[in-house]
Amino acid sequence: IHFVLLISRQGKVRLTKWYSPYSQKERSKVIRELSGMILTRGPKLCNFVEWRGFKVVYKRYASLYFCMCINQEDNELEILEIIHHYVEILDRYFGSAYYILDEVLIAGELQESSKKTVARLVAPQDSLVEAAKEEANSISNIIAQATK
Amino acid sequence: MALSGMRGLSVFISEIRNCQNKEQERLRVDKELGNIRTRFKNEKGLTPYDKKKYVWKMLYIFMLGYDVDFGHMEAVSLISAPKYPEKQVGYLVTSCLLNENHDFLRLAINTVRNDIIGRNETFQCLALTLVGNIGGREFAESLAPDVQKLLISSSCRPLVRKKAALCLLRLFRKNPDVVNVDGWSDRMTQLLDERNLGVLTSSMSLFVALVSNNHEAYWSCLPKCVKVLERLARNHDVPQEYTYYGIPSPWLQVKTMRALQYFPTVEDPNTRRSLFEVLQRVLMGTDVVKNVNKNNASHAVLFEALALVMHLDAEKEMMSQCVALLGKFIAVREPNIRYLGLENMTRMLMVTDVQDIIKRHQAQIITSLKDPDISIRRRALDLLYGMCDVSNAKDIVEELLQYLGTADFTMREELALKAAILAEKFAPDLSWYVDVILQLIDKAGDFVSDDIWFRVVQFVTNNEDLQPYAALKAREYLDKPAIHETMVKVSAYLLGEYSHLLARRPGCTPKEIFGIIHEKLPTVSTPTISILLSTYAKILMHSQPPDPELQNQIWAIFSKYESCIDAEIQQRAVEYLTLSRKGAALMDILAEMPKFPERESSLIKKAEDTEADTAELSAIKLRAQQQASTALVVTDQRPANESPQVSQLAMVKIPSMNNMENNSVDQELTQANGILGEVEPQPPTHAPDADILGDLLSPLAIEGPPGVSAKSEHNIVSGIEGPLSEDDALALAPVGEQDNVVKPIGDVAERFHALCLKDSGVLYEDPYVQIGIKAEWRAHQGSFVLFLGNKTTSSLVSVQAVILPPSHLKLVLSSVPEIIPPRAQVQCPLEVENIRPSRDVAVLDFSYKFGTNMVNNKLRLPAVLNKFFQPTPVSAEEFFPQWRLLAGPPLKLQEVVRGVRPMSLGEMANLLNSLRLVVCPGLDPNASNLVATTTFYSESTRALLCLVRIETDPADRSQLRMTVASRDPTLTFELKEFIKEHLVSIPTASRPPPQPQIAASDPGALLAGLL
Repeated sequence: IHFVLLISRQGKVRLTKWYSPYSQKERSKVIRELSGMILTRGPKLCNFVEWRGFKVVYKRYASLYFCMCINQEDNELEILEIIHHYVEILDRYFGSAYYILDEVLIAGELQESSKKTVARLVAPQDSLVEAAKEEANSISNIIAQATK
Repeated sequence: MALSGMRGLSVFISEIRNCQNKEQERLRVDKELGNIRTRFKNEKGLTPYDKKKYVWKMLYIFMLGYDVDFGHMEAVSLISAPKYPEKQVGYLVTSCLLNENHDFLRLAINTVRNDIIGRNETFQCLALTLVGNIGGREFAESLAPDVQKLLISSSCRPLVRKKAALCLLRLFRKNPDVVNVDGWSDRMTQLLDERNLGVLTSSMSLFVALVSNNHEAYWSCLPKCVKVLERLARNHDVPQEYTYYGIPSPWLQVKTMRALQYFPTVEDPNTRRSLFEVLQRVLMGTDVVKNVNKNNASHAVLFEALALVMHLDAEKEMMSQCVALLGKFIAVREPNIRYLGLENMTRMLMVTDVQDIIKRHQAQIITSLKDPDISIRRRALDLLYGMCDVSNAKDIVEELLQYLGTADFTMREELALKAAILAEKFAPDLSWYVDVILQLIDKAGDFVSDDIWFRVVQFVTNNEDLQPYAALKAREYLDKPAIHETMVKVSAYLLGEYSHLLARRPGCTPKEIFGIIHEKLPTVSTPTISILLSTYAKILMHSQPPDPELQNQIWAIFSKYESCIDAEIQQRAVEYLTLSRKGAALMDILAEMPKFPERESSLIKKAEDTEADTAELSAIKLRAQQQASTALVVTDQRPANESPQVSQLAMVKIPSMNNMENNSVDQELTQANGILGEVEPQPPTHAPDADILGDLLSPLAIEGPPGVSAKSEHNIVSGIEGPLSEDDALALAPVGEQDNVVKPIGDVAERFHALCLKDSGVLYEDPYVQIGIKAEWRAHQGSFVLFLGNKTTSSLVSVQAVILPPSHLKLVLSSVPEIIPPRAQVQCPLEVENIRPSRDVAVLDFSYKFGTNMVNNKLRLPAVLNKFFQPTPVSAEEFFPQWRLLAGPPLKLQEVVRGVRPMSLGEMANLLNSLRLVVCPGLDPNASNLVATTTFYSESTRALLCLVRIETDPADRSQLRMTVASRDPTLTFELKEFIKEHLVSIPTASRPPPQPQIAASDPGALLAGLL
């Protein structure tokens, strides 16, 4: 996976995570191009878009689009289910999207496929972060709001 | 205290959320950034807590897509905070804001290392996550051993070990040269026994990377992978929490099957059997269910299984099962499955013997061309393009044409190009080809490049039978009310040349033709006006007896344009006017265009260059790869006195043709005293001897049934293209081995490849015989010694060794004894002389009799192009003048190579060095480029310096641009192709089938078949 992108239906970026180096300029270009391509697609189409020699697998949850960019030859459905896996974990635990993502993916590879384990790992991180937790929650609230 | 900080952040966030528009949001963000900046400036009085708060805000702003170009230092410094909350924020924000190339990261290396080797598990996790997400070269250098230790440590908990596995994966992927994985096969074998599925999944990801880099070292892991698959897919031996919608970890299944695809084959019959059992289960046991997620997950596994089956080249029965499944998929309602069905069917095309089964689904695929989803339409188009051949070209091309009318704009150009290529390659008859192209121009003129209509003109000019037909068609199109300018061009050109062939038809008198063409003149652009003027001149010439009224009309037009502001038009008008007043001279000067020299289609080349968003593995690319030699437009050397601006397409570009006419005009004018009419316009610019692909490419598409010739040439060329790719070498085996009971030990092809890079080793071995080779090279000469060893305790009789030399090598083999005594080795010297550059390969036809068995093998001899290289490092002072001197084709050729095997720059440099191309560091200022030089020796060229430059794209390792230069055009071309063969990996399953029946008596044919 080259990067993960969460975009709202209005084209606002909600979360980005880059596993390959992109300059700021490239990043905003990528975001612009992809939101243009993905947000305009109708609901009954497939979840894959071909883009600059890569594939972008996306899925819409409520008004939020989860996009992951992969190589042509990667397994698309696998990625699609990683997205869903992530969303389910978010659902189960309204923690910060970021460090949950870190528990699910590292280096653009799936790390943990058990929801229980992820939740179990994220929980103590939080108890350690008494103070930071509230801030974390405020971010996750945004995501929660957006996900509703 | 904590609350206030939290409040600050959440107030900020809700303010942002409440912004009505992007502009407001930007203002608010700018304000906040300014605020943070000032706070950071007065560092005094900033508690770690404050720092953390602002860094959070920065992260939030960054997350919204804004550039945050300061405060990185603060984020990094939080990493070394002793308390968890600060540390966590530091790690999190650093890994988001910075990337691997960032200088500040260096500052953090020590802290990160301490966290990794420290005892605190939580800190270890944070550090591993950071490295795993943004670790660069320096991290790899200083941390890889520690991470490796964590991964195999028995005292670490799974949560640390799985992070360590992915962290190592990242470091290895980015810098394979830094991370030492020698001896990792044993550890990997152990890791694959892991019971914890989290760790196993991560380890499998790491394994995929390791094995993709070098599968040789990991053969011992192969049975373990099959075990994992059995455990998951057959035994369902998985804790409940690792099942996903009832499927045992689909991700792990997919990864395991992916890893298996990096092994060329599964040899052990037991392992193979178990594997196929599992695959069969997956293929047959996957049903379409209601739940989307379950469906996706099970089909992810299924598609990976399909890929693995294709890779392993399973029995035909299983293959047809796969095609049947795909056929089902492309008809389902679920768009994802439809998309993947089409995509995999395109991949399937590369597998032998299934094309016919795929063709049965043609109707369904054509339906997909009208799918509402562009992703699916693209796949369908690619598949149709790939499956097209002589038998179905008419149907497919006509479908494409029909679809062109309604296709959306983003696809039209590709569609038009593909239709044109298919029409050219597989036309059952030429008039159909003309029809297709004219329709194409009619329907999508904007998307029909000049190349396409130039090509029609070439065909028509070279085929007399076609001329009246084409002229008539052109005439018909002119009757249409609004036609595209390209149509005006092509019709005007065709009618100018051939309208006299239509003279007796209604509406086709010169006058009428002129009238209808002239109607279009006010609407066309300047370049087209030039073409029209030429047409008028030709019409005028063809109207016999002259029609004074027409003549006056046309003269009037010429006179009008004599003062045109465009120099080209003006010149034409002046010349045509003068010429047409000369009477008889006009006839000769404006005589019909001579035939064009046969040449390869520039369209295919264009197809190669088409935009990057065609799939990597799509048929078009694979075809382009296989056909690269033909796609490259044959370089023509032209006489020195040719006008330099005549481009490669000179023969079809109307303005330059005029140029040629002008030349003859000039000649005429200079020879003023009377040999008028003696000068024939000469076919321009083509020196026949310069055709470097010579006889290979001569049966090209222009004459004869184009489909057939295109096909045969396709085979030959693809055979030559890949002498170094593994499967091609396997294709070698059947010729000699069909009746052999004796199986070679080891992979003959791999032995050959190894010997291409070194000078001694084993060329061939079976239970009875071993053939070793030792070579020495001096400039264009070389001497081999063949060591023929009898491994058995009885004599080998009827030993024969014959060399089948390619035309560019002189090979002299000393006599080979007919009998090799038991346990003896005989040495046979073989002298080689290189006459000229070529990539063809010499073949050793070796046979002997053991007992009653006649054993025969055709072995390629590693007397390949790079053996005649002498690595020659060159300094900048020498390099650049040479580089500039060799300007442009054919001495300097450039090509964008796609589908390059992923390798780091270091590996690429090693590869070049092993080909005896010495990499000269520092010549190219761009660090991602390589410059290499060598000296090539052959009898005809003597010593020639070769210069190579490779420009890589760090963001996309699968493509690069290569420029090759030398003083000899053939050498340049051969060298370019040679390097390309080593850079490109052609998927093993995709090789065309070997050509099995070759008359054994014809060494030439044999050779062609072998190479």
